Amino acid sequence: MKIRYLLPITIVLAIISLFVGAYDIAPKDLLNLQSEEAQIFYISRIPRLMAILLAGAGMSIAGLIMQSLSRNKFVSPTTAGTLDATRLGILMAMMFFTNATYFQKISFAFIFALAGTFLFMQILNRIKFKDAVFIPLIGLMFGNILSSITTFFAYRADIIQNISAWLMGDFSLIMQGRYELLYISLPVIILSYIYAQRFTVAGMGEDFAKNLGLSYKSIVNLGLTLVALVSTTVVLTVGMIPFLGLIIPNIVSIFKGDNLSKTIPHTALLGMSFLLACDILGRVIKYPYEIPINLTVGVIGSAIFLIMLFRGRAYA
Amino acid sequence: MIQVKELTKKYGSKSVVENVTVDIQPGMITSFIGPNGAGKSTLLSMVSRLLNADTGEVLLDKADVRRWKSDEFAKRVSILKQSNYMNVRLTIRELVAFGRFPYTKGRLNDEDNVKVDEALAYMNLEDLQHNFLDELSGGQRQRAFIAMVIAQDTEYILLDEPLNNLDMKHSVQIMKILRKLVDELGKTVVIVLHDINFASVYSDRIVALKDGRVVKDGPTHDIINSEALKDIYDMDIPVQEQNGCRICVYFNS
Repeated sequence: MKIRYLLPITIVLAIISLFVGAYDIAPKDLLNLQSEEAQIFYISRIPRLMAILLAGAGMSIAGLIMQSLSRNKFVSPTTAGTLDATRLGILMAMMFFTNATYFQKISFAFIFALAGTFLFMQILNRIKFKDAVFIPLIGLMFGNILSSITTFFAYRADIIQNISAWLMGDFSLIMQGRYELLYISLPVIILSYIYAQRFTVAGMGEDFAKNLGLSYKSIVNLGLTLVALVSTTVVLTVGMIPFLGLIIPNIVSIFKGDNLSKTIPHTALLGMSFLLACDILGRVIKYPYEIPINLTVGVIGSAIFLIMLFRGRAYA
Repeated sequence: MIQVKELTKKYGSKSVVENVTVDIQPGMITSFIGPNGAGKSTLLSMVSRLLNADTGEVLLDKADVRRWKSDEFAKRVSILKQSNYMNVRLTIRELVAFGRFPYTKGRLNDEDNVKVDEALAYMNLEDLQHNFLDELSGGQRQRAFIAMVIAQDTEYILLDEPLNNLDMKHSVQIMKILRKLVDELGKTVVIVLHDINFASVYSDRIVALKDGRVVKDGPTHDIINSEALKDIYDMDIPVQEQNGCRICVYFNS
């Protein structure tokens, strides 16, 4: 697992992604900016590619930070209730403001994502029995409780269908003007790289961090804020993408270890190329129709997750 | 010098450490001994700022440790807790480099790299430096953590049961290293120890705790005798002299 292999793979997949789809576009069509092909390319294909790259890198790094801070390999936005809390936040925004603006949805989703993640970390602190697999089970239960609250209110307000849309990750609706929120991931990625060493130190435990003169609490707070930001933007623009934040950091960890300042670039690149590959697969498998991303990622991701569970007990 | 003054810590209504006053003498190994639940680890945690005391104070150079800036404090005092919960995949070198964090905030310069090299060499870990911690034996891992503390280059080194889960050979190895840190590098070492014979053979001073209070505090020779041990452990422990070492034969007493 080296950057000099990961980077070319990501670039090749990105180019393929640009030229695969229901509408045939050849590179030479792009020269004529007025052509229908060029329009589709710039309004749909490029935004879609950018969305995949940002979501792939963002969710993978969010998972990496969560695993480091919770000191558990199986904790991620999917398995800690973060995504469910985000969805609950969007629901609340829609219930309080009948025509919720984008900004209202973002703020509510972010606050709920943050609160949900903090609550989960608090639960973690109170649990004495820290078995590696037990913790994510609690996270999944916690997420399901939040999710059932969401469903209950959505059912009563008759907006189940709206809410379901955010359950299903899907890149096919990404277009110019509908994905730009995802660029928030960019500063988040940069910040997480700057603070990578602090996250690693915090991952060694509170006593370890304090011994080195670091404020454990402020590192954890920063980390969880970054995670909540990424989760919010991804759920709002693309929808839920399961397993990404779980499997990508784990695969990188097996090869490169847990020193975040060393593994963040690998995690970002692997996350991007994995999501690209899944998206391309979803687009060609039933061509010219599409399979939504959360299905392809879900199937492939859960298979990888199971393999990791069986072979990884010893090291997790 | 570290001075502990009238320190008390309560959990609920139960005092774990009660009105403890102790001076840590510089340039020596001081061992905290005593039965389970005597408050040894709690005391050590409060000295190192990991825990806040309810009343009383800990002074480093006559200033309350809570008033020290955290990174300045981390350049003076380091603490190693029991490291049995470790599933982080770092290489030994990466771990040791973290010891420089109070000085560099993560960006190592040439001088820091020299310090890391020296610490690795001192602990004989050069050949293993690129191995992951989770691939090491317990003894090697403990040595790696001590190497990190050496790189942290603090005057005071506090260790909470560093011999936990180590076999005889590695326990002796670790204690000899701690002795060397004091004798060669002039460090001050404070250890919580369970095995009274390691405390007897390697420490200069012993502080004995029981039910959260200091029952004995003095040079090792004054503590390792049957009378004092009776007060600490409620056991009649014969003490035998062997090659200049006092050994407590407590196994059938």
